[in-house]
Amino acid sequence: MNRRKKTMLFLGSLALFFTVIVISGFCCRDVARVTDFSRKNMAPCVSFFFGTDWLGRDMLVRTLAGLSMSIRIGCLAAAVGAVIAFVLGVSAALFGEKVDAVISFLIDMILGIPHMLLLLLISYALGKGLKGVVLGVAFTHWPSLARVIRAEVLQLKNSTYVQISQKLGHSKLEAALFHMTPHIFPQFLIGLILMFPHAILHEAGITFLGFGLSTEQPAIGIILSESMKHLITGKWWPAVFPGAMLVLVVALFDVAGNALRKILDPSSAQE
Amino acid sequence: MLEARNISFSYGKGKLILQNISLAIKPGERLGIFAPSGFGKTTLLKILGGYEKPLKGKVLVEGRPLKEQGYCPVQMIFQHPECAVNPKRKMREVLKEGGKIGNGVLERLGIVEDWKNRYPQELSGGELQRFCIARALGEGTKYLLADEISAMLDLIAQGQIWKFLTEETEKRQIGMVIVSHSRQLLDHVCTRQIALKKESDRESVEV
Repeated sequence: MNRRKKTMLFLGSLALFFTVIVISGFCCRDVARVTDFSRKNMAPCVSFFFGTDWLGRDMLVRTLAGLSMSIRIGCLAAAVGAVIAFVLGVSAALFGEKVDAVISFLIDMILGIPHMLLLLLISYALGKGLKGVVLGVAFTHWPSLARVIRAEVLQLKNSTYVQISQKLGHSKLEAALFHMTPHIFPQFLIGLILMFPHAILHEAGITFLGFGLSTEQPAIGIILSESMKHLITGKWWPAVFPGAMLVLVVALFDVAGNALRKILDPSSAQE
Repeated sequence: MLEARNISFSYGKGKLILQNISLAIKPGERLGIFAPSGFGKTTLLKILGGYEKPLKGKVLVEGRPLKEQGYCPVQMIFQHPECAVNPKRKMREVLKEGGKIGNGVLERLGIVEDWKNRYPQELSGGELQRFCIARALGEGTKYLLADEISAMLDLIAQGQIWKFLTEETEKRQIGMVIVSHSRQLLDHVCTRQIALKKESDRESVEV
């Protein structure tokens, strides 16, 4: 088996792993809310792998439900962000200097404000909750990808082979389809996937700070902020396991993005 | 007739690179342009091919300005073939960009069938240049601009390519403008030569 096939297999199993988390978490979101004081504050054991919290809720189920929600929000927000990045990046490069100046200013401005601050503002202005988090994450994460796409299109537009193709009688649309898309698509896809971990972390972060999802929902940020209060009394498990799972998911998304880059980039595609 | 009338050009607001240059190429003629580096040979060809707009003056084909859209009757072959092909397309696709290619053109250029299934990175500069030449010789081509196109080739390959280009342009009555540092090459290939002269009075002179 060559490295390419191994990477494909690896990506496939990662995708399967994420799908399992999302589906199982989605299915057990009601179980995650069941409280039972007869089993409160139990350390990890055979029947409760991740232990239970002070309301007797099963932490494994809560973690799965929280991760599932985080991944779904991350995907949605990253997808919206990527579309914004694509549209703005391409129009900055294709529609002349004035449009470019406006969009570049917008990119610089949003990149200049710390993500978390802007996220808090947008989420708060939209009345917190799911809508606030999704839109907040979507509207703060597009600039870096937009900048990459803009630069790529600008470079392609001025490249010799695109100019030659115009002299050979091909239209601008043909140039965009046959010359630009194959160059931009991998960048776009990788940018999209590498946006997931950011989106997930920021979703968890803003929820942790209390500006995101409402407290009764099993979100990773809420689990972590609640378990902080009990950490001091020696109950480490409600914080450690969900936190470690969050780190694992984020790291795996990052690894997946980098593996995909290796496959799609022609200079390393033959390895 | 491909004509350049009183062309002046500068990049940005810098000093003039070309000043008041006029030349004319008849069908079937091979005009050599000779000048040291930095005298604007490539720039002149880019203007003739419509890749750059002149500051002053105009370029005319059969009395009319160059077409902005559609197949341009003036085609340019570049010095660096690796920049002139899309690295993500196979050579077969690259050839298709030029439209229909005449019978026997590929064979006479020495293009091997197997090369067409490769990507540009998998071919050498000389091999790529042959594809670029074939692509530029589509049915609508009336004038050909050759910018140092054989600099990366060994002498035998140079001979092969120039023999082909001479025959093909004679047969189809294509006018050629050839830019090169090599005086011997121009003496051998061209029917007429001009030199771009020094700063003081930059005008073309017949040699």
